[in-house]
Amino acid sequence: MAVATTAEPAARPVRPGRRAPLAWIGTVPFFGYVAVFLLWPTGIVVLDAFKDTTGKFTLSGVTSLWNPAVRGYFIGSFKLSLISAVAGAVLGAILAYCVASGNPAGAVRRVYLSGSGVLAQFGGVTLAFAFLVTIGPTSGLLLRAGWYYSFPLGIALIYTYFQVPLMVLVFLPAIDGLKIQWREASENLGASTWQYWRYIGGPLLAPAFLGSALLLFANALSAFATIEAWENQIAYTVPQQISTSLSSEVGLSNINYADALAMGMVIMVAIVMTGYALLQRRAARWLH
Amino acid sequence: MPVTSPTTRAQDAGARTGVEVRLEGLSRHYGSVVALQGLDLTMRPGELVVLLGPSGCGKTTTLRLLAGLEDADEGRITVGGADITHLPANKRDMGMVFQAYSLFPHMTALENVAFGLRLRRAGKAERDRRASEMLELVGLAEQAGRYAHQISGGQQQRVALARALAIQPKVLLLDEPLSALDAKVRSQLRDEIRRIQLEVGITTLFVTHDQEEALAIADRVGVMREGQIEQLGSPTDVYSRPATPFVAEFVGLSNRLAGEVTTSGTVVVRGCQLPLMDSGVPAGPVVALVRPEAVTVATSEPTEAGALTGTVIATTFLGATSRITVDLGDTRIMAQLATAEAAALSAGQRVTLTIRPSPVLVSAGSTAASTG
Amino acid sequence: MAALTSLGETPAETAAPRRQGMRARRRRRLNAFRYLAFTMFGLFFLLPMLAMIRFSLEGSKGGTWSLAAWRDIVSYQGVGVPPLMSAVEISLELAVITCLVILVLLVPTMIWIRLRVQWISRTFEFLCLLPLTIPAISLVVGLGPVYNRIEHYNLSALMLFWVYVVLALPYASRALAAGLNVLDVKTLSEAARSLGASWFTVMVRVIAPNMWQAILNATLLSSALVLGEFTIAYLLGYNNLQAELYSISRNTPNAGVVFSTSAASLLFAFVLLLILSYVGRPRRRG
Repeated sequence: MAVATTAEPAARPVRPGRRAPLAWIGTVPFFGYVAVFLLWPTGIVVLDAFKDTTGKFTLSGVTSLWNPAVRGYFIGSFKLSLISAVAGAVLGAILAYCVASGNPAGAVRRVYLSGSGVLAQFGGVTLAFAFLVTIGPTSGLLLRAGWYYSFPLGIALIYTYFQVPLMVLVFLPAIDGLKIQWREASENLGASTWQYWRYIGGPLLAPAFLGSALLLFANALSAFATIEAWENQIAYTVPQQISTSLSSEVGLSNINYADALAMGMVIMVAIVMTGYALLQRRAARWLH
Repeated sequence: MPVTSPTTRAQDAGARTGVEVRLEGLSRHYGSVVALQGLDLTMRPGELVVLLGPSGCGKTTTLRLLAGLEDADEGRITVGGADITHLPANKRDMGMVFQAYSLFPHMTALENVAFGLRLRRAGKAERDRRASEMLELVGLAEQAGRYAHQISGGQQQRVALARALAIQPKVLLLDEPLSALDAKVRSQLRDEIRRIQLEVGITTLFVTHDQEEALAIADRVGVMREGQIEQLGSPTDVYSRPATPFVAEFVGLSNRLAGEVTTSGTVVVRGCQLPLMDSGVPAGPVVALVRPEAVTVATSEPTEAGALTGTVIATTFLGATSRITVDLGDTRIMAQLATAEAAALSAGQRVTLTIRPSPVLVSAGSTAASTG
Repeated sequence: MAALTSLGETPAETAAPRRQGMRARRRRRLNAFRYLAFTMFGLFFLLPMLAMIRFSLEGSKGGTWSLAAWRDIVSYQGVGVPPLMSAVEISLELAVITCLVILVLLVPTMIWIRLRVQWISRTFEFLCLLPLTIPAISLVVGLGPVYNRIEHYNLSALMLFWVYVVLALPYASRALAAGLNVLDVKTLSEAARSLGASWFTVMVRVIAPNMWQAILNATLLSSALVLGEFTIAYLLGYNNLQAELYSISRNTPNAGVVFSTSAASLLFAFVLLLILSYVGRPRRRG
C-alpha cells in the first residue's frame, strides 16, 4: 500500500482564486488508508453479522442478540460503563476544576495534565495487577477488599483509574472556556457564588459535562484489556464474550455470533458518540 | 429619543439624582508592583468622570476597586455617604460594562438584561417589561431575542449597558467599553453612552486610554500615571492648561521645542515670544510644549530677519484638518491647519512659521523625546 | 497580572503580605479545598503505582529488597512465552513505525486540506474521530480477514502498525489540529509561494517547523497508545508488550518483572509528557 509522502496532485497550474477541481486528489492517500483499515473491517463486521457461515443472508446472528444470555452481557457492559462513567465524570470534573482554578503555567497543572495523558491510556494487565496488589485479596497492604473481584463494583473502581484522567483531559478545556468576565459580571449584578453556578456556570458547563460523561461511557463500553486481565474466566461484558467466541472452538456458527456482537457494540458506541458530538458542538459554541 | 412610559419616568426619577462617590487614599499593589498609591477622587452626583492614562497606570485597578472586584490594601470608598470599602462586590449595587465578552452566551439579550432583576426576585412579567425598556433605551428593542454570537460587537456593548442599568445601580462603571470596537462604531456608541448617562443622571466612572474619547464625553478627566492622578479637571482645562509635561504629551499632540525663559516672565521659542502658563518659572533654558494648532504656516517670504522658516516634509490628511510636518533644520515641528489651507502646500516648499501667543507649558529637560 | 485564573476566581496572590480582604479570604478557602482534593486524588492515583513499584522491588525472601525484577526485564524468559525483551522491542519498533506513518499520513494531508481543499475538512474530521466510535474489539473481528491476507506473506507482528495508525488517528489528528490552528496556514503558504517555494517546500520547511510541539505531542500520544495496546495484538495472536505481560502473568502469577516493566513504561511516558509540557509554548490566557 503506497503511502505518498507529499501528495502533489496532477500538477496543474491553478490561477489563484479559482477552485482547483483536482486538489482533493492530495487527500487520496489518507482516505484510501482509512478505507482499507477502518471502513473495510467495519463493513466486514456489519455484513458478516447478517450472514451465516456459508455466506447466505440470515438474521439469526442478529436475532441471537436478544437471547437472555446475550442480553445479560449487554446489560453487564451497560452497568459497568454507567457506574464508571458517572463516577469518573463527577470525580474528574472536581479534579478538572481544581486544576483549572490554579496557575495556568504552574507545576501542579503540568503534572496533573501529563499524568492524565498517561493514565487515560493506562489499562490492561498493568492496571489490573496494580490494583490486585493494592486492594486485592492477597494484598500485602492493609487495604484488602473482599469485593475486589465483584462485578460490577470491583472492576468499576479499577475503571475509574483511567476514566477520571480521561475526564480531566476532555472536560478541562470547557472549564477553561468559562470567561472571567462572566463571573465578574454576575457578581456585579448581585449574584452570590451559588447563584453564579446555578444560573451561569452550571448551565454553561452542562453540555460539556454530559458530553464528556458520554465519552467516558463509550470508553468503558469498548474497554477490553483491563477487564480481561482482571478476570478472564467469566465473561461479564460484551467484549469479553466476543473474545471468548473468537477463541473458542464451540462450533463454527460462533464466527458470525462474534460479528453480531461486534456489530451490536458498534451501534451502541456509535449512538453514544453521536450524543457526545452534538453536545460538544453546543459546548464549543459557548465556551470556545 | 426613546419612548418611556410615565411609570418608567417615575422609577427613573430615583436613579436620576446620582450619588456622590468618594475614594480616599486607595492603595493596591501586586507583589512588588505598585498599582495605586494613595489615590483620592471625589465624584459629584450625576457626574461622568473619565480616568485616562496609558496601560499600567492604575485606571482599571481604580475601577475594579470601586466595583469590589479587587480588595484595596489601604483606603476608603464611600458611596452616597456610606462606607462600602468592606462590602462584597455583589452587594455594592453598581452596574459595570466590561471591555468585551461579558454577555452570558446561553441567554438572549433580553434574558441577559433581565438577569440582575431575576436575582432581585422580580416576577417574570415585571423583569421582562423592564428589560425591554432598557433595550429600547439603548436602541436594541428588536434584538431582544438574539444571542451574543448573533449580534455585532457594538450591539453587544449596548446590551451590556442595558444590563448594567436595568438594576438601577447607584454608580455606573465602564471599563474601556469601546476599545474592542471598530472606529466608526466607537464614536457612535461613545455619544450614545454619554446621552444615556445624562438622561439617567447616574454617577459614572469611565476608564479609557483613548484621549479623544475622554475629551469628548467627560465632565471631568483624571489623567493618571503610575498609580496617581496627575491632573483632574474639565476636558478644556486638561487640554489647554496641562499641569505637567506628561499630561501635555498624553492629551493631544505637543511639539517639544527648545526655548529660553526670559526675566520678563515669557519664554522665547524660535524667535517667538510666548506667555508662560506658570509665571513662576525661573529664567533659563527649557523645553516648551507647543500645540500644533498654535503653529501658523504662511507661504510668503519672511517679513523680518530671524523669522522661523522651514521646509514642508509631509502632510497628513485627517479629514477637516491636516497636519503638516515641517523641517526646521535641527528639528521638526508639526502644525495643524484647515485642510483647504494645507492643500496649497507641497513637499519641499519653504514656508514661514509663527507660533501664536497662547500660554505654553515648559519643563526643564532636553528635547530628546520625539515630538508629540 | 489580574487574570491568572479562568474562572473568575480571585487571582492567586503572589507575595507575602497576607491580605485581609474578602477576595483574598475567598481565594484561601478555595486553595484549601484544592489542596485537599489534590492530596486525595494524588493518593488514589499514586497508591497502586507505589504498590506496583514496591512489589517489583521485593526480593525472593520475605522482607528483602532487590532490583532483580528490574534487571530481569532485559533477560526474562518465562515458561512457554517468548523472551520479554523481544516483546519490548516489538512494541518500541511498532511505536516508532506508527508515529512515522501517522505523521507522514496526517501532516501533509491536514496542511493540504487547509490550503486547498477546505470543503473536505468536515469529512476528514469525521473520519479521524471515527475510530473512537468503533471499538477495537469490533475492529478485530473485522480485521481477521484483512490480516489473513497479509499473513499469506508471513510477516511479523510489525504489521500491526497498519491498524495502530488508525487507532491513533483521533488523538494525533487533534494534537496536530491544535498546532495548525494557531498558525495562519493560508497566509504563510501564500507568502512562501509568492517567494517561489514549491508545495513541498511550503509544507516541509515553512509549516511543519512551526508546529513542532504539536507534532511532538502527536508522537507521544501515539506512542503511549501503541505501548499500551493489548486487545488487537492479543486477539490476532501477535506478541507485543502488553500481550506478553498478560501471558507472563497467566503463566507465572506475581512475576515481579510484570510490575517492573509496567512501572518502567509508565514512568517513561510520564516523564516524556512532562518534558513536553515545559518545552511547548507558554500557555496564553484567552
